[in-house]
Amino acid sequence: MEIDKVDKIIDKHGGDASSLLQIMLDVQSENNWLPKQALDRIGEKLEVPMNRIQHIATFYKAFSLVPKGRHNVHVCVGTACHVRGATRILDSVEESTGIKSGETDLDLKFSVETVNCLGCCALGPVVEVNGKVHGKMTPVKTSEALKLYE
Amino acid sequence: MARLNTPEELSDFRQEILSKRDPDNPCISVCAGAGCVASGADEVIKAFKEEIEKQDLTAKVDTKGTGCPGFCEQGPIVVIYPEEICYVQVKAEDVEQIVAETIKENKVIDRLLFADPITGEKAVKESDITFYKSQERTVLCNNIKIDSKSIDDYLALEGYSALGKALGEMTGAEVLEEVKKSNIRGRGGAGFPAGRKWEGTRNAKDPVKYVIVNADEGDPGAFMDRALLEGNPHSILEGLILGGYAIGASEGYFYVRQEYPLAVDNINLAIEQAEHYGLLGENILGSGFNFKVIVHQGAGAFVCGESTALMASLEGRVGEPRPKYIRSNIKGLWQKPSVLNNVETWANIPLIVNNGGEWFTKVGTETSKGTKIFSLVGKINNTGLVEVPMGMTLHDIIYKIGGGIPGGKKFKAVQTGGPSGGCIPEGQLDLQVGFDELTKAGSMMGSGGMIVLDEDTCMVDVARYFINFLTEESCGKCVPCREGLRQMHRILTNITKGRGREGDIELLEDISETTVEASLCALGKSAPNPFLSTLRYFRDEYEAHIKEKRCPALACKELIVFHIDPAKCQACGMCLKKCPADAIDGGKKKIHIIDQDKCTNCGTCFEVCPDKFGAVTKISGEPVPDPLPEEKRMIAKKSPKKKK
Amino acid sequence: MSEIKFEIDGIKVKAKKGETLLDAAQDAGIFIPTLCHHEKLEPFGGCRLCIVEVEVKGWTKLVVSCVYPVEKDIIVRTRSEKIDRIRKTIIELLMAHAPDAPELKKLAKEYGASRDRYEKDPSFCIHCGLCVRYCAEVKKANAIGFVDRGINKEICFVPEIASQMCNDCKECFPLCPTSYLQAAFVLTESLIA
Ligand SMILES: Cc1cc2nc3c(=O)[nH]c(=O)nc-3n(C[C@H](O)[C@H](O)[C@H](O)COP(=O)(O)O)c2cc1C
Ligand code: SF4
Ligand code: FES
Repeated sequence: MEIDKVDKIIDKHGGDASSLLQIMLDVQSENNWLPKQALDRIGEKLEVPMNRIQHIATFYKAFSLVPKGRHNVHVCVGTACHVRGATRILDSVEESTGIKSGETDLDLKFSVETVNCLGCCALGPVVEVNGKVHGKMTPVKTSEALKLYE
Repeated sequence: MARLNTPEELSDFRQEILSKRDPDNPCISVCAGAGCVASGADEVIKAFKEEIEKQDLTAKVDTKGTGCPGFCEQGPIVVIYPEEICYVQVKAEDVEQIVAETIKENKVIDRLLFADPITGEKAVKESDITFYKSQERTVLCNNIKIDSKSIDDYLALEGYSALGKALGEMTGAEVLEEVKKSNIRGRGGAGFPAGRKWEGTRNAKDPVKYVIVNADEGDPGAFMDRALLEGNPHSILEGLILGGYAIGASEGYFYVRQEYPLAVDNINLAIEQAEHYGLLGENILGSGFNFKVIVHQGAGAFVCGESTALMASLEGRVGEPRPKYIRSNIKGLWQKPSVLNNVETWANIPLIVNNGGEWFTKVGTETSKGTKIFSLVGKINNTGLVEVPMGMTLHDIIYKIGGGIPGGKKFKAVQTGGPSGGCIPEGQLDLQVGFDELTKAGSMMGSGGMIVLDEDTCMVDVARYFINFLTEESCGKCVPCREGLRQMHRILTNITKGRGREGDIELLEDISETTVEASLCALGKSAPNPFLSTLRYFRDEYEAHIKEKRCPALACKELIVFHIDPAKCQACGMCLKKCPADAIDGGKKKIHIIDQDKCTNCGTCFEVCPDKFGAVTKISGEPVPDPLPEEKRMIAKKSPKKKK
Repeated sequence: MSEIKFEIDGIKVKAKKGETLLDAAQDAGIFIPTLCHHEKLEPFGGCRLCIVEVEVKGWTKLVVSCVYPVEKDIIVRTRSEKIDRIRKTIIELLMAHAPDAPELKKLAKEYGASRDRYEKDPSFCIHCGLCVRYCAEVKKANAIGFVDRGINKEICFVPEIASQMCNDCKECFPLCPTSYLQAAFVLTESLIA
């Protein structure tokens, strides 16, 4: 990610240390992950020590310190989905993609993550791929849905 | 439209909006909430807009994407006003017919109406549907009438009239007085009386004060705040401005969880619109009161719903709670007195100011007033958001509104209060919902999650699930929570895997005491609840797992085996084809057998075996019957013919 | 500054407004066990070992003394059956990480804690945060910090800063109750090299 883009985001938020999180969220959403140079720049401009930035980047689950795959698969493991069999859906996603939740495959095709409640409990269990919600999933339907992504 | 400079200008403007609207003109409301969008609501809205244009009806017919009415199970939902005709599970293909028949000829399309699952009766109007009938929708009611992106829609429904009233006729102290009189208790968790909290902040000496909306809704399986934020953002904003006026704050914050992007958009838009009309900013409605609002996004941490962690997060730090020996309404955000309330609490404030505190107390129980929105999910027929008066029984919510348990299964328990809430068994279904009532039963109100569990749910697994959630969401600062939960999770996992040992229950009880008593914040203090409440009512399930290595609900993967009942198998070949582990042996007219050594317990066979055969069963705590000898495996009779 | 009078374990004590219970007790020579407290650092309240019982107007509650501000006329008890039981569990939970740390062994003896009650964990860190806070608050170097949260929380050096500052300082090493810190640093150094 280019440094001016980072600078622009910092300026937009007024460059105050209290906007640290909001700045990091913007970088994350623009770039899909937080590269080291970007974090260094933010630390320098906001005068926040790196150990604090490191903690924030790992404490909050919205951040990623490694590049993410082209397709983001979110398996909902919220309570409603859990009691309707989300564990088996997750098993099926992990088997189809060959990676565990929290990981990205080497070809940067899929990133798999579990999330707690997407607010579509009526459709549970649900899987969200690139923001599109697939409802009332079964293990078989899940592996078939994932085959459609290149 | 220019700025509104006085409360009078505000009411004049409202009249002007209303005069332009003909209440007899048809209006098509399509739910554009998350659940309905997932079921295709966007396409339906698009189709309506196109069809209306094609038929040249744009001037007469209004089409809007509204907030969530709560009946997500049946989405996408379309309501046509003024007749209030309600169609469920509408698809884009249905749109042409709806416009041709219902809009143009006022004819109701029978096949799109909701049919009661029990009586089979069709409901034409939204209010006839059993799901809505027993509800009391004071806060949620406008969700379906408002285009969530239109401030004019909100104004047309008396929106901002409470603000006009407060700024025109009342002092801040008088607003506070009404809130105190209403006895409203916080809707986000602890149920603390909002009026008392506000009073503390108002009386604090520091001149700089803040009001904050807790829109972090981290409770997995709950989405009532989401529905309000997305569907009716102005109602929360108006509440917040009134709060600022009452306690003397000139700055307010929204802390919205990042997983709700639409909520963030709608709130930001609402703020912009309100500023434009002069309902926010300097000298609001000419009263001299200044107020501005800032939106912050969460970044994925459940603990940031806790008040002190939320404030740390607003300050740009990690969300670690701090000790609350001095309350945050005295020393909160940036050490300043701060009032933090839940979304639903704020949304009630305009209603209280408009109708008076007295009015609010007319509904509810002795100690819990008003209505409460619950998110009714899990093993229940009518999944969705329900708003009921406090004091309704759990039984009525689950059976009258929720329509009971699907698939003829037996009810086992209802889990309330979010991850650190508890489970309430069948014997206590007559319990009235209310803060103190639920706490007495070993659970809590929490923010209003209500998850129905049936006989197929293992209660030890439920406890394990929540404790696991909390181990990942604990901030990790204090020992009883971080280490206590780590060990509790380990022991519970062992139990569900058949590795439980004598003494495990006592060990869990010991840790629970320390975690409850010594944790720093309410996350840790309430974290053992899922274990304690399931132990209280379902101790036999724990003992079956530990002593007999048996899961009574047949749910724990490691404690069950799948078995094909030879008397029922018709050799249809479904399981044989679908088994991903190649663990099934069978053939034409040959009874299928599962090779237990190859079986991975994935349950696919159980799922695909046709209901009419139901040959795949689960066995726990008993030996698997020996497979049939080869010569007995051929089915002599022809399998029953398939119906066309 | 106004003076606040109250009672700890039957002894009358005086303290300044805003002072913590723990400080007041220490000034009066009354011992309360701690693991994450250090007089040069801001109160943290993480280990919860310093938990005590406070009676306010007839109401008894448990509070953590290193962060609890003193109040007039309260009655404080530093030991009771319940307090001892909680301290015992805390020590046992920590010994799952550091079964042989001398400080924990000493406490275990006092409170009858058993070192093997809980399944062991591979990490020796007990997350008292002394190193992290000392480096930030006293040395202002911020060479070490926490990462992640919940049961995955760990300490972590910032390599660029650590390689420049740490070799000449190492003041945090003796603070560590488990001596894990030293091992972590050696590991970081080898990674930088
Ligand atoms: C771990 C934890 C998570 C919480 N999450 C939320 C939340 O997501 N939303 C919320 O409104 N309150 C949440 N609360 C409760 C808040 O701390 C606080 O009590 C509440 O926002 C106050 O508002 P109320 O009085 O209107 O309920 C949480 C509390 C804890 C301990
Ligand atoms: S109780 Fe849990 S979440 Fe709360 S401060 Fe302690 S570790 Fe953090
Ligand atoms: S010394 Fe008080 S919590 Fe650690």
